[in-house]
Formats: sequence, structure tokens, C-alpha cells
Amino acid sequence: MRDPIFPHCHLLGIEGLSPLEINRLLDLSDPYVALNRGPDNASESLKGRTVVNLFFENSTRTRTSFELAALRLGANVINMQIESSSVAKGETLIDTAVTLNAMHPDVLVVRHPQSGAVKLLSEKVNCAVVNGGDGSHEHPTQALLDALTIRRRRSKIEGLKVAICGDVAHSRVARSNFYLLLTLGAEVRVIAPRTLIPSQLDRLGVQTFTDMREGLKDCDIVMMLRVQNERMMGSFIPSVREYFRFFGLDREKLALAKPDALIMHPGPMNRGVEIDSDVADDFERSVIREQVELGVAVRMAILELLAKNLAADRAAADGEK
Amino acid sequence: MSAAQPTKIAYTGARLLDPETGLDAVGDILTDGEKIVGIGPSLFDGTPPSDANVIDVSGLCAAPGLVDMRVQIREPGEEHKESLRSAGEAAVAGGVTSMVCLPNTDPVLDDEATLEFVARRARLHALTKVYAYGAATKGLKGKELAELGLLADAGALGFTDGTVGIADTQVMRRVLAYAATYNLMVVQHPEDSSLTGNGVMNGGETATRLGLSGIPREAEIIMLERDMRLVEMTGGRYHAAHISTADSVEIIARAKQKGLNVTCDTAPFYAALNELSVGDYRTFAKLSPPLRSEEDRQAIVEGLKSGVIDVIASDHAPQDQDSKRLPFAQAAFGGSGLETLLAVSLDLVHNEDLTLLETLAKLTSIPADLLGLDAGRLRAGASADLVFFDPDIGWKVIGDNFKSKSKNTPFDGRPVQGKILRTVIDGRTVFDAKSDANPV
Repeated sequence: MRDPIFPHCHLLGIEGLSPLEINRLLDLSDPYVALNRGPDNASESLKGRTVVNLFFENSTRTRTSFELAALRLGANVINMQIESSSVAKGETLIDTAVTLNAMHPDVLVVRHPQSGAVKLLSEKVNCAVVNGGDGSHEHPTQALLDALTIRRRRSKIEGLKVAICGDVAHSRVARSNFYLLLTLGAEVRVIAPRTLIPSQLDRLGVQTFTDMREGLKDCDIVMMLRVQNERMMGSFIPSVREYFRFFGLDREKLALAKPDALIMHPGPMNRGVEIDSDVADDFERSVIREQVELGVAVRMAILELLAKNLAADRAAADGEK
Repeated sequence: MSAAQPTKIAYTGARLLDPETGLDAVGDILTDGEKIVGIGPSLFDGTPPSDANVIDVSGLCAAPGLVDMRVQIREPGEEHKESLRSAGEAAVAGGVTSMVCLPNTDPVLDDEATLEFVARRARLHALTKVYAYGAATKGLKGKELAELGLLADAGALGFTDGTVGIADTQVMRRVLAYAATYNLMVVQHPEDSSLTGNGVMNGGETATRLGLSGIPREAEIIMLERDMRLVEMTGGRYHAAHISTADSVEIIARAKQKGLNVTCDTAPFYAALNELSVGDYRTFAKLSPPLRSEEDRQAIVEGLKSGVIDVIASDHAPQDQDSKRLPFAQAAFGGSGLETLLAVSLDLVHNEDLTLLETLAKLTSIPADLLGLDAGRLRAGASADLVFFDPDIGWKVIGDNFKSKSKNTPFDGRPVQGKILRTVIDGRTVFDAKSDANPV
């Protein structure tokens, strides 16, 4: 039988999930944090299962995190970095999906530079699919690990003021975080230059600010986003030094948030661009390394849950035969 | 401020004109140091304070010093055409006490350092108060955003690519959106350069007869129409510089009706002259935008009357002889404007199109408000920036007598009515027609 609270076969995004479902994922993740910290952190629950990391875009952190999560659960892991594979030979996304599906994997973790590509692929396979980031659309496991970090530090998410700062226009992390934080009752603010605020963003339920001084006021959480260098050459932002002056997080700007406000960043950081090293390395306030740590726990819980739901389906299908 | 001057000065018997409050009455002004400390019809009851130096200005109009929001100063880069010093002398002779220069210098004003350089040079050498717009795009190339935030911090009053319109729609959209972050306006020279091509004067019968290639009115109209859409889309602040066609007035009127954050100015050239001034290939009448048809000129006057056109700016564009003594098509665009700004604007009053106060508002308080300057007012506490003039004295514009290094005025030889007799900045007389060796 599928999980009664989270009965889905894929995790494609946060949008549309209920508070109950999100909390179920966080509750399942929590015990793995302690397990990972312990001396014997191996589990056998995915023994014999196959997890394929299908990455159409360069990634070190997310891929490693998924790989480690699968290995700790005892699964067999295959990493496919796609530029070097069949797409280079002209195969379409759907052909790649069908080919992989014929090899009967249990879970596909997919990252793709195009928004919506992971969903398209999920429709062509009969295994579980986890979105590891699609274009500028969603990165659900990042939002979940962010939420778990906040929940463990602040015991709840409801009612917190969270500022998400930077290149919201191109950020899948931002979108997944909007959906998750708003669903759990947080107040979400976006702080960015207007060129990086997509149109009608306020319809998503977030407040927008163009001045850090206003936006950071009384915030509990300050989440910085990475700004790609190629967007800083005058197209969206005039220059790195201007961006840092107005939108980079330093001590002076941070002082406007609550005195115990947590600093978060999905990584990899551009020091001196969106965040000052002094702030990033403040071990009392910065939870950036903790985010990475909890990422493994969240991915373990998700892989395990989806594999169980899939196994339940397959068992039911066998029963019908 | 010179130590030789007493700190208190009483100006007595002037016709006081304050466009903001509508004050129009005979009275006195008392300044102390750099500030106005008293103003009113019966300020002194016949006896000015004994510790004040008294200047009798009876019979003259006293107005706030003019605020000119569009001036090209060629320093740095082309000091042979105009320097901060010569532009300052021209400005005060024209009653201009605050002016804003375009960033089209060499180097371009697209970073903090160059802006600071101009501010420092201006403090040292210019008689008048000099402000600047920052470049909207790097190098005025219309491709990449300039450092608008840093420029704003360094004192830029707005952003513009100067004498070129920002052609790329996506770039213009981003400039508007980004500038709105700092609540500063984007000043557009509305001209679609691809439509202008190699045009040199207004497209139409005169250009056809002269065998010159025309700049269609649509070059201005199309860019304005596009920009209104972008303003609506981005919520930015937009100011159209020197509009010159009847359709432009209509477009701005419609945008204002819609509630868009849009303002505009025109220059005296476009209210006073039409394309016939080009006459026999007069390069002094080669302006950008070009002088238009008589119907357009009349519509510009109507736009000033209705208030659709907010501001009158000199659009001072000094060019040396070498740039103008050329076959028409090869000559540079632009006209010297500082020293004729008030006199030619007063045509509107003499022709009974606008009242004196309405005309002065477009030259003082309104541009000051758009620029966020504490200027353009006659009131206690304001900077003592004053102009004293006689609106009825007639004189003839002679470019050769200009203080400006460049003499390229399209009004050369024109009789005008209205003469500036004294200009005061921060309580100090910086121009006095009586002691002026070379009166305009």
C-alpha cells in the first residue's frame, strides 16, 4: 500500500502539495539527520533497488547529495551526466526516457536546464521520478531541506518572516521555497532589483521590495540566492560592485533583520557578490553548512518513500495478474 | 562667498513672482548669507534693516533663479566648445542658477568617479549650481545598464543616454525598471535612429526643396508610443526631452490621463521657430530634434498652455565654428540656448499664450520638483537664488556677444523682449548687467 499521507509516485515540485504532505516529508527526514551523524549510518531499506541520477546540467552538490542518500540506503546508483551521452548524439529527451525505462530502474533523479522537462520525462516512464531541478521552475528537495533546517532551528515555520534575496527571476530554488513557505504559513518577502523580479510575482502571495533596508526589517530568516555572473555584465545588473553595494548581504544590512535571524544560501556562494564572507562564515547565524548536511537526510527520506510507493504499486499489479 | 559683502542684503521694490504660491505683488526680499530670510509686499514698511546692504530693484521682476534641466557642457573632453566656466557665465547671464548637464562628455558620465570630477570642477569654476544626469547605459551605447545605483548615490539626478534615444526595447525596459529602484527618472531623447537614418532636418516640403534628407516626425512619435507602453509595463519614471511634434503632445497627454508617471519638456526653439528657419541652409538652425512644421510649433505652444508640457529647458548644445561652418548635412546638430532661455520663453507671455507666473513655473518650480532639487522658490528659508529682470526691455540676440564659447544660436538677429539685469546665487550677485562689460 502506498503511504497514506504522501501517496504520490513522483516528487516533481512543491506547488500543489498540502501542508500535511510537506510535513510528512519533513517528519520522515528528521530521524535521518541523527542517523547520518551517528557512527553507523548505513541502512538496508533500498537494498537491490536502482537509483539513476540523470543530470542534463552540470551539478556537483546536488548529484553528490542524492548519490550519498541512495548509497546510505543500500541502493545501487548510476550517475549519468548527459552531455557526454546520447543527447550529444541527437537523441530526444523522450527517447532517452524510454530507453532508460526499458532498463527498469526504481527511481530516476532528474535535473534538466528546461523548465517542465522533468515532468515531461516522468510521463514516459513507469518508475519514480524526483525533480532535481528543472530550469527556473522548481527544485523541491532544496526547498524541503531549507524547511527542515528552519524547522529544526525555530521549531515551526508558521508566522516566520522570510526574506529571499537576489535573482528570483531565474531561480528554481526561490519558486519552490515560495510554495513551501507560503503553504506552511510563513510571510515571504522578495528583495531584488526590479530587473530580477518577474512580472506579477506578487500574485504568488509574496511581498516584493527593492530596498534591502526595508525588506530585511524584522526578518527571521534571510535567504540569499546565487547571482550568475553572466547576468551582472549590464544586462540585468550593471556590475558586481553595484550589486554588492545595494543587494549584497553584509553586517550593516543584516543588522536590520532580527538579532537572531538565520542566514541561508543554497550554494554555491559568490563571496563578495551576494554575500560577504564575514556573514557567510558567522557560525552563530549562518546555517549554510547545515543546509548541505540536512540535504542528504531529506533526499534519503524521499527516495525511500517513493521507492516504497512504487513497490506497493508493483506488488498490487503482480497481485492482479 | 566673498567676505567683502555684508551678510544681509535687502532688495527693495521689486515685483515679486513666486510660481509655487502664485505670489505676484510689489515688495521686498531680505537675504542673509546664502538664504532668503524674508519676503513679502510689506516686509520693511519703508525702512530696510539698518545692518543690510540695500539694493533698489524697483520696477524689476524678481523670480526664483531658473532651473534648466537640459544643458550640454562639453567639459570634460571638448572644452574648446564649452567649459564649466564658460557655461556657468552663460547660465548666470541667462538667469539660470541651477542646471543639469547631460552625460555625453568625453569620458562619458557613466561612473561615480567622472561624476565626482564634474561636481568638483563645477564647484571650483562654474558660477552656477551644476548637477548631472548619469548615463543610462555604459558608454551611452544602449547595450548594457550603467551603474545606476552607484551613480544615484554619487548625486545623479536621473539617467539618460543624452542625445541618443535608447533604441533596444529590452534595454529600455530594464533601464526603466532598474532606475525605478532608486525612484529617479529616465530622460529619453525620443528618436528612433533607424528611422532618422542620415536625415538632417524635418522631413517635408522644405527638406525636399533644399534637397536635404528628412528626419520624419514619426522617428519621435514611434519611440514615444513605444516608451509609453514600457512605462506602463515597468512602473518607471519617464521624462521625454524636447518634444517637437503635435503627436508627441497628444501621446504625453494620453499617458498622463492614464496616470502614468510621465513628464516632458520642450525647448524655446520648438515653441518659437519652425523649419523655415533653416532657410538658405542655415546650420545654426540645424537642431536635434529638427525644427518642425508650423502646425507642430503651434501644437507645442498649445501643449505648454494646457500643461501637457511641464517644463521649458534651454537644450543648450554648444558647437564651435568648425562644427557649424560646413555644408548643412555635414554640420553638427544643436543650438546655444542658455542666454536666450528666458527672453524667448517670454514670447509666450507677450503673445498672451501663458501668464508670466505660468511661464516662470515651467522654468523654476516644476523642473526643481521633477529633479528633486530644493530650488525654484521665493520663500523664507530657501536658497537665495534669484533673477531680476525687466520683461519689457527689447534687445536683439547677437550670438557673438554670448558668454558661451559657442555662438551657434538659431535666434541670431532676432529681436526679443525681456532682459535680465541681475542674477543672485546663494545670496551673492553673480551677474549684474550694469557692470557687465559685454552685455548681451
